Parts: sequence; C-alpha cells; structure tokens
Amino acid sequence: MGYFLQQLINGLTLGMIYALIAIGYTMVYGIIGMINFAHGEIFMIGAFISIITFMVLGLLGVGWIPLALVIMLLVTMILTAVYGWALERVAYRPLRHAPRLAALITAIGMSIFLQNYVQLLQGARVKPLQPLISGGFRFLETGDFIVTLSYLQLFIIVLTVVLMFAFTFLITRTALGRAQRACQQDLGMAGLIGINVDRTISLTFVMGATLAAVAGLMFLLNYGVIDFYIGFLAGIKAFTAAVLGGIGSIPGAMLGGLLIGLIEAFWSAYFTVEYKDVAAFSILVLVLIFRPTGLLGKPDVEKV
Amino acid sequence: MAETASVRVTPTRILMRDAGLIALVVFGLSFGLVGFRIEDVSGGLALLTRFDGVFFATVLAFLGRVALTMLHERRALPVALVALPVALAVLLLQLFADALDPARSYPFRSEVVNWSLFAVALALGLRGVWLNWHHGGLLSNREARERNMDEVGAKVQQAARYLGPALLGLAIVLPFLPFADRRVLDIAILVVTYIMLGWGLNIVVGLAGLLDLGYVAFYAVGAYSYALLAQNFDLGFWTCLPLAGILAAFAGILLGFPVLRLRGDYLAIVTLGFGEIIRIILLNWYTFTGGPDGISGIPRPTFFGLELGKRASDGGETFHSFFNLTYAPIDRIIFMFYLILGLALLTNLFTLRIRKLPIGRAWEALREDETACRSLGMNPRNTKLTAFSIGAMFGGFGGSFFATRQGFISPESFTFIESAVILAIVVLGGMGSQIGVVFAAILLIGLPEFFRELQQYRMLAFGMAMVTIMVWRPSGLLAHREPTLRLHPDPDRTGAA
Repeated sequence: MGYFLQQLINGLTLGMIYALIAIGYTMVYGIIGMINFAHGEIFMIGAFISIITFMVLGLLGVGWIPLALVIMLLVTMILTAVYGWALERVAYRPLRHAPRLAALITAIGMSIFLQNYVQLLQGARVKPLQPLISGGFRFLETGDFIVTLSYLQLFIIVLTVVLMFAFTFLITRTALGRAQRACQQDLGMAGLIGINVDRTISLTFVMGATLAAVAGLMFLLNYGVIDFYIGFLAGIKAFTAAVLGGIGSIPGAMLGGLLIGLIEAFWSAYFTVEYKDVAAFSILVLVLIFRPTGLLGKPDVEKV
Repeated sequence: MAETASVRVTPTRILMRDAGLIALVVFGLSFGLVGFRIEDVSGGLALLTRFDGVFFATVLAFLGRVALTMLHERRALPVALVALPVALAVLLLQLFADALDPARSYPFRSEVVNWSLFAVALALGLRGVWLNWHHGGLLSNREARERNMDEVGAKVQQAARYLGPALLGLAIVLPFLPFADRRVLDIAILVVTYIMLGWGLNIVVGLAGLLDLGYVAFYAVGAYSYALLAQNFDLGFWTCLPLAGILAAFAGILLGFPVLRLRGDYLAIVTLGFGEIIRIILLNWYTFTGGPDGISGIPRPTFFGLELGKRASDGGETFHSFFNLTYAPIDRIIFMFYLILGLALLTNLFTLRIRKLPIGRAWEALREDETACRSLGMNPRNTKLTAFSIGAMFGGFGGSFFATRQGFISPESFTFIESAVILAIVVLGGMGSQIGVVFAAILLIGLPEFFRELQQYRMLAFGMAMVTIMVWRPSGLLAHREPTLRLHPDPDRTGAA
C-alpha cells in the first residue's frame, strides 16, 4: 500500500511535467494541424537556460532559494519563448500552405539543428545540478517503508496546477483565447472576421514554449541532470500524452500527460525499468489503432 | 534606377525599427545559450562568458536584415558596395591570420563562423551586383522559383537517361581509377549504401506516399538477422541475405498491418515509436542480442565460395590463391564495393520496373488521393502493406550488408538519426525521383565525409539544410512529375513517355 502510494506521487509529478509539454503539441496541432516535432527541443532549451540562470544567480550572490527559483522561472519563460517565436517564424510560417510532409520534415530538421546547436554551444557532457529543494512530508510509516512527498514534488504539482488554471483562464476568458479558438475552428474564416491570424499563431507558439520552459525547469530540479538529448524522449512521450488525451484538446493533453506519467512510474515500479520507454511507445501505438481520436478528442471527419 | 510601381521603398525609420526588432530577437536567442557556457571543472561546474559572440550575432542580424530589405527593394548597389569589401576583408584576415597570431583565427575565434560570415557576405554582395545589372528582371518570388526549379528537375530527369549510365559507368570503373585508395572506396561504399537505402525508402515514401520515420528498424532487423543466423547456425552471407530480407519484410507486415490505416503524420510518429522499440529491445535483451556490447566476429561474404581474406579457413580457399594472384587487402574492399553496387542496382531496377506494373500504379494513385482510390474499389491497406514490406525488405538487405561490412554491430548504429538521414536523402532529392536520391546521398553523406575536421558541425549543417531546402522548395530539390500516361499525347513534347 505504501509502495503503491509512493509510485502514485512519483507518477503524478512526472505526469505534470509531461502534461505541460503536451499542451504545446496539442495547441499547435489544433490550430495549424501540424506536429511540432521540435517542441521537445524547446523543452530542452528551457532546461539549459534555467541551469545557466541558476549559475548566473549564484555568481551574483542570490542565495535565497525561493527568490532564485522565481527569477529562474521568469528568465527561462521569457528566453525560451523567444525560441518558440523564432521557430515558428523561420521554419513553419513559410510552409503554412505547403504539403503536410514538408512541414514535418522541416520540424525534424529544426529538431536536429537545435539539438546540435545546444551540443556545440554547451558541450555534450551531462550537466549535474545539486538538489535545490530538499526535505519533505513523511507519512504512512508502515514498517521499513516510508511514503514521502518531497517539497520539490509539492512545488512541481502546485506550480503546474496554478499554471493550468491561469492557462485555462487565458483560453476561455480573454480576447486572445477567443481568437485562438476561432483559428482552431477555421483559419480562413477567422482571418475574414478580422482576427490577426499570423499574430495568433505566433502567440500560440510563444505560449507553448513558455509552458515547455517551465517543464524544462521542473525536469532539471526533479532529475538533477540534463543533457542536449533529453528533448527527444520527453518530446515523444509528451506527444503520446497529447494523442492519448485526444490531439487538439487541451484538457485531453493534461489528462494524457498525467496518465503517461502514472503508467511510466507504475511500469518501472512493478515491471522493468529498462522497458519503460517501450511502454510509452506501445501505448501510443495502441491508442492510435483502437481510438485514434484519443480519450477526449472529437472524431475527425475527412472531407473530399 | 528604374523603379517600377510595384516596388515600395520602406522609409528609413521603419526599416531601422524592423531591423532593430530582429536584432532584439537574435539578442534574446543568443543571450542565454551563446553568452554563457557551462564547463565541467574538477569538483563541479564553472560558468564562462562569451558576450562577444552575442554582440556580433546581434549586429550581424541587424545589418543582414537591412541588407535583405534593401535587396528586395532593389537598392542593390549600396549593399554590394558594403558586402563585397567585408567578404574580401574576412577572406584576407582568414588567409593571413597565421601572420597576425597563430593561436587564434580572425576576426572571430571560430574558423567556421569566419567562413560562414565570408559566405554570407559574398552571397549578399554578388546578389547585389547581379540585381544592380538586371534590375528589369523578375525578382525571385515563390511561383517563379517553383517554375524554374521544376524546369531544372525536368531537365535533370531527361538528362538522367544519359546521366544514369554515365554515373553507373563511373561507379564501375571507380576502384581502378588512380586516386581510388582505401579511404575513397570506403566513402564510396558508404555513399552507395545510403543510395540503396534511399531507393528502398523511396518505394515507401516516394511511391506510396507513406511517411516512415522508423526505416532504420528494418535496417536493424536485417543486420541482426544476418549476424544471429551466421553466429548460431553457421550460415554464410549468401544464404542469409534473402533470409534477412524476408525477415525484415515480415517485420514490415507485422508493423504495417495495424498502423497503415492511420493518416500521414500519425503514421510517421508510430513508425518512429516502432523504430525506438526495436532499438530498446536490442539494447536490453542481453541473452539474445548481446545488448550494448553488440555482436562481433560477423563472417565476411565469399565470392562464389572463395574467401577474400589472407588465409583460408578450414576447408576453404582464398580468392587470390584460386586465381594465382598476390594477396592485396584492398581486394576485399573492392569486392564489398561491387557487392553494394549490385544490391543498389537491384533496388533501382526493381523500383523502375514495378512502377509500370499495376501495383506500382496503385501505389502512386494511393499517394495522390486515398479517398478516390477507395471509391474505385481498391483495398488501401493491402496496397500500402506491399509497399511497406517491399521497402522493408530492401532495408533488410542493406542491413545485412552493413553487418558484413562492419563485422560488428551494436544498437548504437540504429538510432533515430539514421532514419532521419535516410528520409532526408529521399525528401531533399525530390520524392519519387531516383536520380535525386543519388545527388542527395552524395551531397549529404559524401561531402561531409571528406570534411572530417568539421565533423562536429555536420549534423548542425544537416538540420539547417533540411529546413532551408524545404522552405525554399517544399516538394524537394529535383522534384518533377511527368504524367505517366497522357490521353492526348502532346506532339511537342517528345520526351514525355
């Protein structure tokens, strides 16, 4: 029972990170119908910018961890958002009316480019970071096993929930969110009724990148090591989460992210750690075969 | 200057604001990752700064934006007057950098950055000069470019009739040319391997229009099939080659059966996932595949039973003793080269012939419009499945060649990046174009091999090339589709078949 509860907590934490990345995939797919393959790389860049920010803060003498975390969060969100914006502007906007394959190839090219860009600039070796937040609540002390909810996990869960609420508010209650939902339904029509489509798409990428940046920061804090390659796996898993929840649906991405995190945690705990990535990929395949629209997605009607 | 009415000149204030905005974005991009570098030092991490890089990137972005806008508005002369001297200065600094200070290169510390700066400045300058003289001509817009490149593609396809045999002849005599030493042959083998894989994938992507991001999985199945069959059952290369192909084709059917009804980009992701699953299994199934240690001591192929080593194994005979030749190590390399050339030609011939069969036409029809095909009573899944498994079979052949050439395989060789490289060769060459695959493979595989020093920039340039070529021409460099059949043959175009 204790072991199960511990895995539940671990899985939820992991799922929060995947959910934040998955939102970026699902939003972009919802609006322009393409898989932003380089989104995982944006997440990786977020993780790198946050470790750099932390070290700069260390040089500047900001030692109080809560303040350092807030500054890291803000700097990472802003600088990573620039990457999201530039990505759309350089690689995707010129191809908006091109065949789908072309956009996907560009996205893969961009992903390879960004990985090697970071590898060249920051070196190929893993970057370790000492734990910033230590300690936690302990409960359910049955025998040898103690269930812990570390402050770090609490931080990740609370921050994600807050961000999700803010994000939902943005989508449902503001002019920008309305414009986005309009673009999602029909790009051409949205343009005709005076919505600035280019700007809305740019802002979608910026928002996705911002959330991915937060996920990168959390990944860094949670695992303590990053390298230039983390974006690939995390990106694929987050995409799986988006598909599982129903691509194009934002609540679906959140749900899918949590499910993928839980599945991964339980698979590692009760089966084998080595094959945990196989679990994620197999779920992707199974979902696509048996329920291509995902859990919360709407059926996709093909028009001739 | 003969200004036409259509060209509007941006006021200086707006131009400056625009360029300033771009510079700001580049500053934001470079500040974090270029400005600081995390270095491992003993006992932790250290932070180095590179603000000069940020500064120059920002300034260059500003100037580049101004120059591009001015070129677009045909104020080309000032751009040329600034850019050409800059290019010249960078070139001179590069050439005579050793005289200044042998320890570093000028103006920037990285030689690659210097050469890129030179290339960009030269390109801007030449473009400026060209536009200055031809200011009546068409500015490059999308349609004009598309039309021009389509003509180039058509010309290349027509020329392919002569170019193909010429290239083939060159390939056949290559091992006997004076400059063909071991290194050149090794690179040639590598290039032809990728050409073969490109042709194999072209069946799936180019003809049937199925985006396969996990092609390397079939390559891996082929390689491991041969290695394991040879090790466990003591079978030779020529017995295993068809078996490896069949096993890879089965893997293709196994994967394809459930997923082939998915739409394009979903299929891409599922195949990617499948490729990763295969790699993870190879990595972790230690008792069967040797895990990360891989399999070594894979036997070499024989020439009609004759071995190409120095000494024959028990009961065998070597190539040089049978023909009374003196032993030369390069013989084996030459044999390998002809082996892969033969496999590649087989793939090509197969593709060229099957395109004319009903099944080949069905693939191409399916690529163009699946809904229409279904309405005409075609079974899309079985049609796709044949393409998928045939493509996989050629991947399997390629894989067993890879295993026998290396003599050692491990999961390291079958990462996603391999799939991406093969796919890039197919797409960049122009999907469905056989000759395009050859050019793309030479460009993407051959060229970087000759510039080994730039190894660390290879994948960077590779990714950038994929983006640039797609943005520049979304259908691929040499893409050109000639209708296979015309209802009313056009008498002017005798070239059309």
